[in-house]
Amino acid sequence: MSKKYSEYFINRKDNQYEVVIGLEVHAQVLSESKLFSNSATKFGAEPNTQVSLVDAAFPGMLPVINEFCVKQAIKTGIGLNAKINKRSVFDRKNYFYADLPQGYQISQFKDPIVGEGKVILDMPNGQKEVGIERLHLEQDAGKSIHDLDPQNTFVDLNRSGVALMEIVSKPDLRSPDEVNAYIKKLRSIMRYLGTCDGNMQEGSLRADVNVSVRPKGSKEFGTRCEIKNVNSIKFMQMAIEYEANRQVDLIEEGKTIDQETRLFDTKKNETRSMRSKEDAHDYRYFPDPDLLPLEVSEKFIEELRNDIPELPDDKKKRFIEEFKLSPYEANILVSDIDTAKYFEEVVTKMGKNKNIKLAVNWITGELFAVLNSKGLEISQSPVSAKNFAILINLIKNGTISGKIAKTVFELMIDGDKDPQKIVEEKGLKQQSDPKALEALIDKIINDNREKAIEYKQGKEKLFGFFVGQAMKASGGKANPQLINEILKKKL
Amino acid sequence: MSDITKQSLTELVENIKNKKLSSTDVTKAFIDRSEKSEELNAYITNDFTSAIDKAKKFDQKPNLDLKLPGIPMAVKDLFCTKNIKTTAGSKILNNFVPTYESTVTENIWNEGAILLGKLNCDEFAMGSSNETSFFGNVQNPIDKNLVPGGSSGGSASAVAGQLTPITIGTDTGGSIRQPASFTGIVGLKPTYGSCSRYGIVAFASSLDQAGPMAQNVKDCALLHEVISSYDPKDSTSINFKRNHFSKELTNNIKGKKIGIPKEYRVDGMPKEIEDLWQKGIQYIKDCGAETIDISLPYTSYALPTYYIVAPAEASSNLARYDGVKYGFRAKGENLIDMYEKTRSEGFGAEVQRRIMIGTYVLSSGYYDAYYLKAQKVRKLIKNDFDEAYKKVDAILTPSTPSSAFKIGEKTNDPVSMYLNDIFTVPVNLAGLPGVSIPAGHDSKGYPLGLQIIGKAFDEQNILNIAYAMEEKINFKNKITDWWIK
Repeated sequence: MSKKYSEYFINRKDNQYEVVIGLEVHAQVLSESKLFSNSATKFGAEPNTQVSLVDAAFPGMLPVINEFCVKQAIKTGIGLNAKINKRSVFDRKNYFYADLPQGYQISQFKDPIVGEGKVILDMPNGQKEVGIERLHLEQDAGKSIHDLDPQNTFVDLNRSGVALMEIVSKPDLRSPDEVNAYIKKLRSIMRYLGTCDGNMQEGSLRADVNVSVRPKGSKEFGTRCEIKNVNSIKFMQMAIEYEANRQVDLIEEGKTIDQETRLFDTKKNETRSMRSKEDAHDYRYFPDPDLLPLEVSEKFIEELRNDIPELPDDKKKRFIEEFKLSPYEANILVSDIDTAKYFEEVVTKMGKNKNIKLAVNWITGELFAVLNSKGLEISQSPVSAKNFAILINLIKNGTISGKIAKTVFELMIDGDKDPQKIVEEKGLKQQSDPKALEALIDKIINDNREKAIEYKQGKEKLFGFFVGQAMKASGGKANPQLINEILKKKL
Repeated sequence: MSDITKQSLTELVENIKNKKLSSTDVTKAFIDRSEKSEELNAYITNDFTSAIDKAKKFDQKPNLDLKLPGIPMAVKDLFCTKNIKTTAGSKILNNFVPTYESTVTENIWNEGAILLGKLNCDEFAMGSSNETSFFGNVQNPIDKNLVPGGSSGGSASAVAGQLTPITIGTDTGGSIRQPASFTGIVGLKPTYGSCSRYGIVAFASSLDQAGPMAQNVKDCALLHEVISSYDPKDSTSINFKRNHFSKELTNNIKGKKIGIPKEYRVDGMPKEIEDLWQKGIQYIKDCGAETIDISLPYTSYALPTYYIVAPAEASSNLARYDGVKYGFRAKGENLIDMYEKTRSEGFGAEVQRRIMIGTYVLSSGYYDAYYLKAQKVRKLIKNDFDEAYKKVDAILTPSTPSSAFKIGEKTNDPVSMYLNDIFTVPVNLAGLPGVSIPAGHDSKGYPLGLQIIGKAFDEQNILNIAYAMEEKINFKNKITDWWIK
């Protein structure tokens, strides 16, 4: 794919460095119950209220795979245009920690459920393809809370055993902007599929960021550092900026980069070493003998494939073709599934004789502004798609002017009122009766005879004066098009 | 009432069904004998008081349609039992009381049996003599200061000593069959996936199987019928149609082909064992079955393979005993220090040895050379059996390379201890069923066992062969009640 997008380099004296980024995204599977137990997964529950004997690793307890989570992972794989592996294996990743009750995490190491795939990013100057290395299922750990007591650490096992999808990208990303677009695209795809809610505040989506740098034009990768567990796009971008510059500085000073795991300090905006390669854990991965290899049939995969909804890329294509939208407009509408849903509902509710362009302008203009100012998601919109569609139709069929429509819209926000009723109750209907308007204009011309003569003598800009007078006299309700026509005829 | 404890399970069930005995009579008799048998140290925990309550309750409204109507029994302390302390023979679980019941014991109680108590075993089932238990050695009823075998040593001792009519053990590398052989009783290790592992303290998940131990083959068949079930809570449990093993039991094995594997004739095997095996072959022939010499070429690799696979899984399975959530916790300066002290003080030497072996063979750089290679050899061992079963219906071998040894005799020589499992381990690696039956005595009068190995899911067949042989052998355990004052 051609590199049309703006390139991101780090410049030092005579040298330019390219930044190479790969992401390991941990996406929480949208599921009522955990990966290997039937405990609930609700966010924000009281500590240790969603913990089964399996989650707490009591003696003799055994994991049983949650089929729904497997389906979710396969669906996500399909959404990532990836190869679905009919046979995958759960392995144990062994390490000790207080919030890891089993003393191992059940994950997939050599044989993940999903293999190679790709996602397409829409960058300002063109599209970019990012390779997916793999997607595997694994358990989340619990949470250690160190700041509730000076001596003790508290452990909350509500998250213990919750299903995660680890989505590993190829080292194809080259800038913080691409990382932003990539995370948003993944999030968008998974929200379309209903496989992850993508809520970064609640930790449903977080990433380990692998960063390396190399001189521009070099084909070899530099030594990478992994920045662990970054939980917002902004922090990812900040961490990459900091880390890439740190590595470039080391190279410029003639020093070498140590392969290591680092953490990002959001307060100081810097990455710090957590452990070096030598100190890296030996996780002693081996196939979990409590679980048989996971085997899925072609039929099972096909049924899921048939269940896949229209995804953002296809929807965008369709919006462009069917509704004659610009790629830019289509992008805005499809990137979030709820926006797309709202838009499509408005389109349906507008009926046969509709003005889609007008609807798009109003959604991305007035509606987005209101949502923004109120801090609401489109799914919480105070104006329903139905009433929104009625409003657009009122503009389209000339019942109200665009200007009046803004007033009506403001009134609709409070309690999702029917715009038709607002127009009737407040008498905001546009005056489109030619006889009434003619009478009105006759009166204005009569009252401003001198100006009318000046106009006829060639002072054409006085036309606007008459339009203004007519609108004023009608209380803003006069149909501006008719006013124009009548004025031209009478003057 | 002293003769009650001499009765087999089958007799007890019949007597309770005929109302010749009440559950209370039977329960009291076994409790009485158990109380007189403290020197055997077969129990870790007893539940005698509530056992009598349960027996009385049963007698008030006896359900005689059940398979184990009001039958008292003790079980290996590796099975989690609701509200009854479950230790796995370890200090680290010394204070652990489960809030749940293992599927196997649940099946037993559902058929009317009553828990007498929890039986001693090697710590986390790691041992062949019951000497690794935190709760001390178990005496073999056969002779003073003789090991009962392991890891189900308390179970074997309790059945042979008539402290319980039947019991259940677990078998990872021979832990049912070897102690059965050492104490002159019958022990069955079922096909992997036949009995649920849910609620059994795990040692090596891919090898562990629960199984019945009893005075005779018929009792063993009946108990197996009760405990074997498909369990969705265990992902390795297999859903297949299970026989009514006791009903379908027959001594007609005419025309069966029994394989005699030459590789089981190991160096240094006592002549007594060889003679026993020959006697076994003759019994087979006497029953109208045919013996065929076969080869299981990878047999000699079974023991080293087992001592890689089992410790590897154990090292991971035992990671959960870290002092954080339940069980023993030592005080530490910080988390790591607490882990180290808890696990150093909480686990005994043999368990620590196996955790270290297991950790080593899974370590990066060693994984391929040890664990992965062991898995490959395991497949070859299984292939050996698959090949053999194209020609034969079952395989006959000695159960152990020697009779029971003295307490302390092998404690400082782990390798010699591990050699005890040489004939039993291949069966676990291949996931097959195997039954050990008492077949004779050595010069000291100690019992010796023969093992019949079957095809997967072919428990009925090996039980039938065992049943037919049992009749010919007519084994009598030489027990003098030396421990009862």
